[in-house]
Amino acid sequence: MTVKEIVEILEGKIIYGEDYLDREVYKACGSDMMSDVLAFVKEQAVLLTGLVNPQVVRTAEMMDIQCIVFVRGKSPDMGIIDLAEEREIVLIKTDLEMFTSCGRLYSHGLRGGSGE
Amino acid sequence: MEEVRLHYDVNAYDFTCAGEASGKLKRSLKNLGFNSAVIRNVAIAVYEAEINMVIHAEGGVIDAIITPDCITVILADHGPGIPDIELAMKEGYSTAPENVRALGFGAGMGLPNIKKYTDEMNIDTVIGVGTTITLKVYNK
Ligand SMILES: Nc1ncnc2c1ncn2[C@@H]1O[C@H](COP(=O)(O)OP(=O)(O)OP(=O)(O)O)[C@@H](O)[C@H]1O
Ligand SMILES: [Mg+2]
Repeated sequence: MTVKEIVEILEGKIIYGEDYLDREVYKACGSDMMSDVLAFVKEQAVLLTGLVNPQVVRTAEMMDIQCIVFVRGKSPDMGIIDLAEEREIVLIKTDLEMFTSCGRLYSHGLRGGSGE
Repeated sequence: MEEVRLHYDVNAYDFTCAGEASGKLKRSLKNLGFNSAVIRNVAIAVYEAEINMVIHAEGGVIDAIITPDCITVILADHGPGIPDIELAMKEGYSTAPENVRALGFGAGMGLPNIKKYTDEMNIDTVIGVGTTITLKVYNK
């Protein structure tokens, strides 16, 4: 699934990363606890979270995650956007809640770490 | 490649900057040419330990000793120490207060994650004096 498709499926908006619409993601994880995210490495994953602070970007950086979706209409501040820009990590926001966002991506074929 | 030594200071109570040292170390390892899996293992483990230094201790110092075969990272703080290491290593065990949970930490997964992503991990802790975590990741 591409970044562009994620934006469409989630009726979202790109906050940073217009240049990376064709970037491919193969796996997804959704969590508000960063250590839960850090427990499972998935190649080319998208991270969905309701948490909005710089540590979300740093967690993605350590994991080589290249796309973050902020759910429930939350917006990152400039500090967070700058951090993502330096690391070339795409930021998307959606008004949908976590459950709905994950459900939509799942029904379009995206899977979690176990592949189920 | 000769031995490379890197040093970072980790500020106390600066949650925004927590992870800065881990990110710098990650970029240095990339420049030194290590493969992405090795780099990621080091980055995740050091990040978890760096976050712990900020939220559970009063900051500290990180030293990395890098050779072509092995990456060793020593994280030393002067925090309260860990009373029961075995308990602290359990998945889900956390003493993090509510304000730390609101920041996305306190799942009790950090120390287990460090163990998972490293080849060797040692915790040296003295109550009231501080904690030193030494971790090693072999280059393979
Ligand atoms: N450097 C440290 N100094 C003092 N206590 C620590 C230190 N690191 C960890 N601890 C103690 O060990 C517990 C478990 O640490 P661990 O990193 O596994 O979980 P956490 O930090 O509470 O949550 P998470 O890492 O999932 O965000 C902590 O809650 C804390 O009580
Ligand atoms: Mg921790």
